[in-house]
Amino acid sequence: MGAIEDYVARIEETCGEERDFVVVFKYDKKGEVMAKILQKAKVEKSISRIIFELTFKDVSFRLYGTGKAIFRNLKDKDELKNVLSDLLL
Amino acid sequence: MLDPYKIREDFPILKRKINNHPLIYFDNAATTQKPRQVIGAIREFYEKYNANVHRGVHTLSQEASELYENAHEEVAKFINADGTEEIIFVRGTTEAINLVAYAWGLRNLKGEDEVLVTLMEHHSNIVPWELLSKINGFQVRYVDVNPDGTLNYEAFGNAISEKTRIVCMSHVSNVTGAINDVKKVAKMAHEYGALVLVDGAQSVPHLPVDVKDLDVDFFAFSGHKMLGPTGIGALYGKREILMEMEPFHGGGEMIRDVTFNTITRRCSISWNDLPWKFEAGTPNICGGVGLMAAVKYLRSIGMENVKEHEETLTEHAMHRTQECGKVKIYGPRDASVKCGIIPFNVDGLSSHDVALFLDGYGIMVRSGFHCAQPLHEVFKLKSSARVSFYIYNTREEIDRFVEVLKEIERI
Repeated sequence: MGAIEDYVARIEETCGEERDFVVVFKYDKKGEVMAKILQKAKVEKSISRIIFELTFKDVSFRLYGTGKAIFRNLKDKDELKNVLSDLLL
Repeated sequence: MLDPYKIREDFPILKRKINNHPLIYFDNAATTQKPRQVIGAIREFYEKYNANVHRGVHTLSQEASELYENAHEEVAKFINADGTEEIIFVRGTTEAINLVAYAWGLRNLKGEDEVLVTLMEHHSNIVPWELLSKINGFQVRYVDVNPDGTLNYEAFGNAISEKTRIVCMSHVSNVTGAINDVKKVAKMAHEYGALVLVDGAQSVPHLPVDVKDLDVDFFAFSGHKMLGPTGIGALYGKREILMEMEPFHGGGEMIRDVTFNTITRRCSISWNDLPWKFEAGTPNICGGVGLMAAVKYLRSIGMENVKEHEETLTEHAMHRTQECGKVKIYGPRDASVKCGIIPFNVDGLSSHDVALFLDGYGIMVRSGFHCAQPLHEVFKLKSSARVSFYIYNTREEIDRFVEVLKEIERI
């Protein structure tokens, strides 16, 4: 059992009223991360396999082929970490 | 006329690929890329001249001091100040504004006094005054902007009064790129005996600035937004005002004498000459040298040419984005009254989604409030994406950007 830090390079809380979180995954784990997420989350929409609209446990987020994801409407960073933990570990 | 293709050869970073696409850097309002001439000047300083400045008698110290003083001289000439006494090196625009707030405002603002701030300001020209007002109890009054984000001069005329002690305004909005008529505001402010502080972070890098012609009392800007390194910027202040002000930070370099009275057991202190009175401690010497190289680079191009190039790019971008039905642009549309900054949103997407999508194509843009939340509230926006151009950007890059925008619209 690893830790989300094994997969996540950094988390940025966006500036703006939306208060979204942008998660940048580690470059060398990008493929593994995408595979794990796509296995667990429900794909609502896929655009050319480079952008995925996803939902997971009532959380909606968008995953980019560049190895970044944007999570919306989360209460705080702890909630985000819980979601990431469920998705990745 | 400026040749961006020739200029691009001076910028090593522009050869990078990001996410397998050629880098298109459209985040110049946040910071600019650095030419070889600036990178080389910094390297040369550390390889040949590194020493602490002033009061050193050895050769290296004298050479470093001369370079650092020359940097002040170059910056003074660049904005037409009356010499190095009027140029204080600081970390950037934010520190420059804080310097004015605490070295001037702390001693001169109180009770019924008012500070006028426009609603288009960057947080760095709002927060220091709000912080200080909590200490001294004066009022911070906000001047409205028009629906397109330009300054409302009528509202400004209504807000200014005998109570106004200082007017704090940006020369160019970091959100819309709108150029304010600083000269007009300065004239109105001076009629009421108020001082004028201008945030020039988005103007000095992009258009010719003459502080004497503008007749402003303080003018602040950052080196990293004009090809220079981070951590260096300048505050211009009229000599007679700086002379009367007390220092901002205390320490070495900013004093002439610290004499100890053995009877009273107190120190009495006299200040150094301008501008060193405001540069406590070992300064960012190398930053100053890098800024000098940036100034020389820009001067070799000509600031009129820089402005003209950005105006051409802005016009082109405004024209091409009309092809994108879901893209909404904010701020003035006329490229001649603004610098090369365009804020926008795409229907149905957050600005961060747009920025992440563009990133996937190697296009770097900013998203969020751009440290100007009040202006976004005026626009009733949750956030915005922003492209901002500079001397090395091309029409082809804008064309590519528009093509990717069209892809985004299909989401």
